[in-house]
Amino acid sequence: MQIRLSAFIRKEMLHILRDKRTMLVVLVIPVMLILLFGFTVTTDVNNINVAVCAPNRCHAVSESVNRLVFSSYFRFKGYVDAADIDMTLRTGKAAAVVVFAADYATSGLFQLILDGADVNTASTSQAYLQHVILGEKARQSLFEMHQLYNPQMKSAFNFVPGIMGMIFLLICAMMTSVSIVKEKEVGTMEVLLVSPVKPAYIIISKMVPYLLLSCIDLATILLLARFVLDVPLAGGVWGIVGISVLYLVLSLALGMMVSNMARSQIVALLISAMVMMMPVLFFSGLMFPIENLPWALRWISYVIPARWYIDAMRKLMIEGVAFIGVMLEFGILLGQTLLLIAVSTKKFNDRLE
Amino acid sequence: MDNVIEVRNLTKRFGSFTAVDAISFEVPKGEIFGFLGANGAGKTTAIRMLCGLSFPTEGSGTVAGFDIMTQGEQIKRHIGYMSQRFSLYGDLTVFENMQLFGGIYGMSEKQIAARAAELLEKVQFSGHRNDLVGSLPLGWKQKLAFLVATVHNPEIVFLDEPTGGVDPITRRQFWTMIREAASSGTTIFVTTHYMDEAGYCNRVSIMMDGRIKALDTPSVLMKEYKAESMNEVFVKLCR
Amino acid sequence: MKCLKFLLRKEIIQFRRNKFLPRLIFAFPILIMLIAPIVANMEVRGVNVAFVDCDHSAISRRVLSHLNASKHFMVKQVTADYLLAYGLLEAGRVDVIVSIPEGFEKSIMGGIVPKIKVDANAINATKGMLGSQYIMMTIASALSEVAAENGLSMSADSDPASVRYFYNETLDYRFYMIPAFIIILIQLVCCFIPALNLVLEKEKGTIEQINVTPVSRLEFTLSKLIPYWIIGLVVLTEGILTVGLVYGLWPVGSTGAIYLAAILFTFAMSGFAVTIANGSDTMQQSIFVLFFFVMIFMLMSGMLTPLGSMPRWAQWITVVFPPRYFIAILRAVYLKGTTVLELGVDYLALAGFAVVFCMVAALTYCKQE
Repeated sequence: MQIRLSAFIRKEMLHILRDKRTMLVVLVIPVMLILLFGFTVTTDVNNINVAVCAPNRCHAVSESVNRLVFSSYFRFKGYVDAADIDMTLRTGKAAAVVVFAADYATSGLFQLILDGADVNTASTSQAYLQHVILGEKARQSLFEMHQLYNPQMKSAFNFVPGIMGMIFLLICAMMTSVSIVKEKEVGTMEVLLVSPVKPAYIIISKMVPYLLLSCIDLATILLLARFVLDVPLAGGVWGIVGISVLYLVLSLALGMMVSNMARSQIVALLISAMVMMMPVLFFSGLMFPIENLPWALRWISYVIPARWYIDAMRKLMIEGVAFIGVMLEFGILLGQTLLLIAVSTKKFNDRLE
Repeated sequence: MDNVIEVRNLTKRFGSFTAVDAISFEVPKGEIFGFLGANGAGKTTAIRMLCGLSFPTEGSGTVAGFDIMTQGEQIKRHIGYMSQRFSLYGDLTVFENMQLFGGIYGMSEKQIAARAAELLEKVQFSGHRNDLVGSLPLGWKQKLAFLVATVHNPEIVFLDEPTGGVDPITRRQFWTMIREAASSGTTIFVTTHYMDEAGYCNRVSIMMDGRIKALDTPSVLMKEYKAESMNEVFVKLCR
Repeated sequence: MKCLKFLLRKEIIQFRRNKFLPRLIFAFPILIMLIAPIVANMEVRGVNVAFVDCDHSAISRRVLSHLNASKHFMVKQVTADYLLAYGLLEAGRVDVIVSIPEGFEKSIMGGIVPKIKVDANAINATKGMLGSQYIMMTIASALSEVAAENGLSMSADSDPASVRYFYNETLDYRFYMIPAFIIILIQLVCCFIPALNLVLEKEKGTIEQINVTPVSRLEFTLSKLIPYWIIGLVVLTEGILTVGLVYGLWPVGSTGAIYLAAILFTFAMSGFAVTIANGSDTMQQSIFVLFFFVMIFMLMSGMLTPLGSMPRWAQWITVVFPPRYFIAILRAVYLKGTTVLELGVDYLALAGFAVVFCMVAALTYCKQE
């Protein structure tokens, strides 16, 4: 039986190796995405456009405005009249307008008017703006702030595990589901099924080459994360690799599951690329905090594998928790993997009868 | 008589592989021209060049009076084509397929309805007008593909392996359809690897490894090669 | 252009007969838009706090009771041992540590303002930032209460700035996110479906039967684009209605302005998708390439994270992303009531993409090899 299995695996390998374009796409795309997002996707706020409304441009005002001009957080967009404030914000020329009181020099009073439509920018820039305009006065603050683990508030750290979780799940599911459904469509699946090989072997032979392919992706991404994006990988590389490989197997099994439901490639691809993208985006903690979800939706998030993987990877890659600390996540992922494989093999067998 | 297809030294290369190697021939109007050859002899590549689906690497030629190098789109107005692979829309009905292709060739809804009724009547298929094409048996699919290729009364119809995988009775019916179309003045250019079908053709060419090895009426060829059937001619040519 | 009618009819019949697509297009957007506003709640709630009290004074207890009263915080541990609190932070049990130093009350009564130490787990930058900001606000208000009672003057309570948020006074995150989700949906539908549809014709061979007819490249391409343009508008309408009827959030600006932008956007995106499909041999290839772009558009166009937070070079790249303009338009019109004229540049950019991508899609469609 072993010989037969390896023959099947070889066949699948040849499929992949012969189709150079697809292979290139599968190898390059995840890596490019991680690299791009690692550098670009952050929720911190920079380069906020700020306009100033000052009925009386006294010395004190220009001093404060100077601090704005030289701050890296802001881009000074010039002075506006009080009547134009609404227009300035509405057209998006500026995200905030600082209105200095006419007696700013003596009273020190000013007002911040912010474009609340952009919540992120509004809430963070308010704090920064106050700080910059007050200048020296702000130093006498009551608090001493420490941001731990991620002292520069670089959200790249936060997004790398999240994006890995999303990309692996979707790409692996797309690969396996389409390769099985295609064989069904073309009719070659029947040829495989009449051969004396066990159905389980057909499934394994489909998964092994794609697993190898995605392991190459994983290795590249981890190297890039460590040496290009400076993600610490503090929890130990083997733990990270172990849980990631498990997650890859799970994602491939998910693709298998999709292929059981779908009869055509279009349906398989739409399910694995489009329908699955939204729950992952919503319930994995990639973008939106899970603790804010009402309990019904939080239960949904428990069945989304990406949620557990992203959680574990944040702990392992950034917080430096040892592998023991993610045993719960590992256990749940393992359970989900076994369940998916069992169900899809069962369904695969049912189809034969 | 006018030639509707004229080809000189038509050649197609894919990289270092020459699929069609400098073939020359002409087909007069109203003829059934058989384009015979084994699988992989280059028949489909040649037919695709004639239909404006593929550019020749070298050579020249005209189809329906238009240059195959430069006037592919004009050629397409005057021809019908039935691909080797069944390529009608399986999720449309028999009539909807006819309507689509009739419409593309600029026929009005009324003309299409009349023509579809006439064609379906002729093959006694009117009752299946609203069946999904995907659910039909293969023989009917092929007949339907032929009807769709002729829905707009083209001057020339190109048929690529129309009888591949079809049972003998349907094959005979198919050739009846072809001959009927030819008798009304349509030129038929048909490829096949069933040598026994050559007898239905006015003239045949036999293609091998991208070259035309023989071209004449079936009876002349049989005489020339001292053969009882076209099958024998083909086997002798192969040696 | 006479063929176009027949080609479109064919596309519509095929769409109707499909068992999966119509259901997907009707159910999926509604489901997503029902859930999206609940999910897109970035309000910082349930921040777990460890309170390190080295002072054991009336003031520190006052601060603690204020923290306890706030809906934003859950005080998980009160201790005098900083290391214990730090251990909890490391284990992920608490997000923020607030430390009141020894002799805090005494210094305040003496007129000196000592430092309160706030350690935040900043792995989630938004939560870290906003969480510690809320903490500081809460503590400052507690202290100013104390100061008022004791007749002391403290620098913390004389805040010279007043703050107003326009268009979304309560800084409700849902308002910010809804336009983004509508765009993500339109983008998914208008990218994936037309591309797969076209490559399917290639794989099945039906495209050859079309290629051998005199149909023009533009007509065939338009027949692939127009249905998705309609479907895109259906998705948009579903989104607006769902959010409006269920959550009561209707666009502030004109609906016409939204639909105008959506028409241009759907044309641009499906034109882009068809271009990719023209260059792909298999569905697998086309979907992977599109997935790449869809992810980039989704994460780099300013839909989920602010454009301004990206490095300058990345911001320059986004100039060629159609969703970047659509999200700017949709947010402005939806939330601020901005008009078409005021957003002229964005509309022109979208129109440019629509024309260019449709032309490119028609030109890259190759009838003769």
